[in-house]
Amino acid sequence: MTATLPRQASTRPRPPVKRRTSQLTRADQLAALGCAVSAVLLTWFVLHLLLTSPGWLADLVVAYALYLGMLYVVTRDRLGRLAAADRLVSTIVVTGAMGLLVPLLFLLGYIVVHGAPFLRWGFFGHDMSTVGPADPVTATGGLHAVVGTLEQTALTLVLVVPLGLLTAIFLNETRSKFRRPVRIMVDAMSGLPSIVAGLFVYAALIIPGIQAGVGFFSYSGLMATLALTMVMLPTVTRTIDVVLRLVPDGLREASLALGASRARTVWSVVLPTARTGVTTAVILGVARVAGETAPLLFTSFGAVFLNADPVTGPQESLPLFVYRYIKEPLENVQQRGYVGALVLILLIFGLFALARIVGRDRSKRRTTAKRTQETR
Amino acid sequence: MTDTTTLSVPDSPPAVRLTGGPPPGAAELESRGVAAWFGDRLVLEDVSLRMPAREVTALIGPSGCGKSTFLRILNRMHELVPSASLAGEVLLDGTDIYADGTRAQHVRLRIGMVFQKPNPFPAMSIRDNVLAGLKLAGVKCGDKAALVEQSLQRAGLWREVRDRLNAPGGALSGGQQQRLCIARSLAVQPNVLLMDEPCSALDPTSTRRIEQTIAEIGHEVTVVIVTHNMQQAQRVSDHCAFFLAAENEPGRVVEHGPTAKIFGSPEDERTHDYVTGRFG
Repeated sequence: MTATLPRQASTRPRPPVKRRTSQLTRADQLAALGCAVSAVLLTWFVLHLLLTSPGWLADLVVAYALYLGMLYVVTRDRLGRLAAADRLVSTIVVTGAMGLLVPLLFLLGYIVVHGAPFLRWGFFGHDMSTVGPADPVTATGGLHAVVGTLEQTALTLVLVVPLGLLTAIFLNETRSKFRRPVRIMVDAMSGLPSIVAGLFVYAALIIPGIQAGVGFFSYSGLMATLALTMVMLPTVTRTIDVVLRLVPDGLREASLALGASRARTVWSVVLPTARTGVTTAVILGVARVAGETAPLLFTSFGAVFLNADPVTGPQESLPLFVYRYIKEPLENVQQRGYVGALVLILLIFGLFALARIVGRDRSKRRTTAKRTQETR
Repeated sequence: MTDTTTLSVPDSPPAVRLTGGPPPGAAELESRGVAAWFGDRLVLEDVSLRMPAREVTALIGPSGCGKSTFLRILNRMHELVPSASLAGEVLLDGTDIYADGTRAQHVRLRIGMVFQKPNPFPAMSIRDNVLAGLKLAGVKCGDKAALVEQSLQRAGLWREVRDRLNAPGGALSGGQQQRLCIARSLAVQPNVLLMDEPCSALDPTSTRRIEQTIAEIGHEVTVVIVTHNMQQAQRVSDHCAFFLAAENEPGRVVEHGPTAKIFGSPEDERTHDYVTGRFG
């Protein structure tokens, strides 16, 4: 095959030709296609001509099983038992991945189809206090919900990042004998149902606060923040803990051997080394709490008007916004919920994208730095 | 094999001034009756050794005889292992580094260490790696650029990296990384430099380069090196100590003295067997 390639200029060696190693050949593809066609036809013949099919799901299951069987037999005949087993397992794995991806894409598509046609810039311009139930869906205003979500998430972040970071450092970088109980506590807290977190804040702060007439402890964005902190803190702590454990001990020793204190080592060596992982952990935690609904139900309570003050008065947020409208009977009111869900998903996607960019930032800068060095 | 006498030793330029760093010059290190435990297990016993200033002392012996443990005792890295304990004294220019009121950080600043596996800080550039010791130990320096150049030059790395000081330290080859670690240790101008099998993970060319570096810095600081490679001990060291642990017994120093004597006419039969390659 290589002999038929056109000759290069004699001064340069012939460029290397990549050999194909694990790719599917044309024959493999044809065999798979043939198996698929015969499986479909056989299913149709048996289930629709000979029997009465109980439904499309049965068709799918039978066709898939037939396809796998045929693929195995055909491949064993062509390439042997080992190759056939390999082909069979890879087919199942690929199908499994597709099986996960399809519902996810379907879910996203569903929200986009229902929400996108009604999303206007005005959504970010006003709240729902001036919008009546009969108004068109495009008049939906979510400013109050967006502001609430951003404020509550930011406040949660302010509470969680220092606490989570310090706890993770305590778990990893000290030799205290309290590490074990703390770790058990963090693990137990990460299994806490989020509605219990909301309930706790409600029962422990809001009810006594209202009874005692202390205005500070009543429905507000801050109370929601406390509940969200209880949800986010254990996850973020555990993730940072794992990330810190990945920092090689050799680096800590090197730092200590240079005369650094333990605190200095953590601050100047361990944290910079784990920087990317810590950032990713925090942003993933944020993405998670931004979508939490249950802890907000009895803490920030929700409202249809803009309340930019997170400390006093009920405050709306996007999950509550969705919850409020999706359960209404009127169709155009329900659709407001889809618009809110779409905005929430876009917000979380934005955060994930940010996490990826921050996570990649460093290595990218390195390679460009390297490249400029090489060209010099 | 390179004879150390043929290596060129350049006239060392005056050191860049540091404030808050170790006192200038090399220091003599001496251990008296050092013993070490891991948990209840005694791994090292009665090690009394003098490591003269501005000379290279090699610690040789088979694996598991306590050489590395002894080295880590010399700059108080041993106590970082949770179950570790020790006995005896280590004198740095006559003062016990384990005396009450002596801070481990200060001891480690005066007694630098290079590890078996190169461990440059991956989040820092080459320049920042060299200067890491200043930042970590709170040492001030007026002319950082000169210090970077001098430290890298002493470690024999300057010519290879002078154009890319801002590249990450992890992008260098293994041998270069190890020399970067040596430069990092030298930048704080320690009185003693400990090396724990610094070449065991490197290829022969890098090994030769580092041996050259040791020969050069051996005239300015006290060097203590652990090595499994007897030719290396012979090439780089002025003094040699042979460690040996009998089965289920702690390691001891069997014999120590000038390298030429240890390798040429050892007094102990076991030393003779070891250096001639009859066991170990």
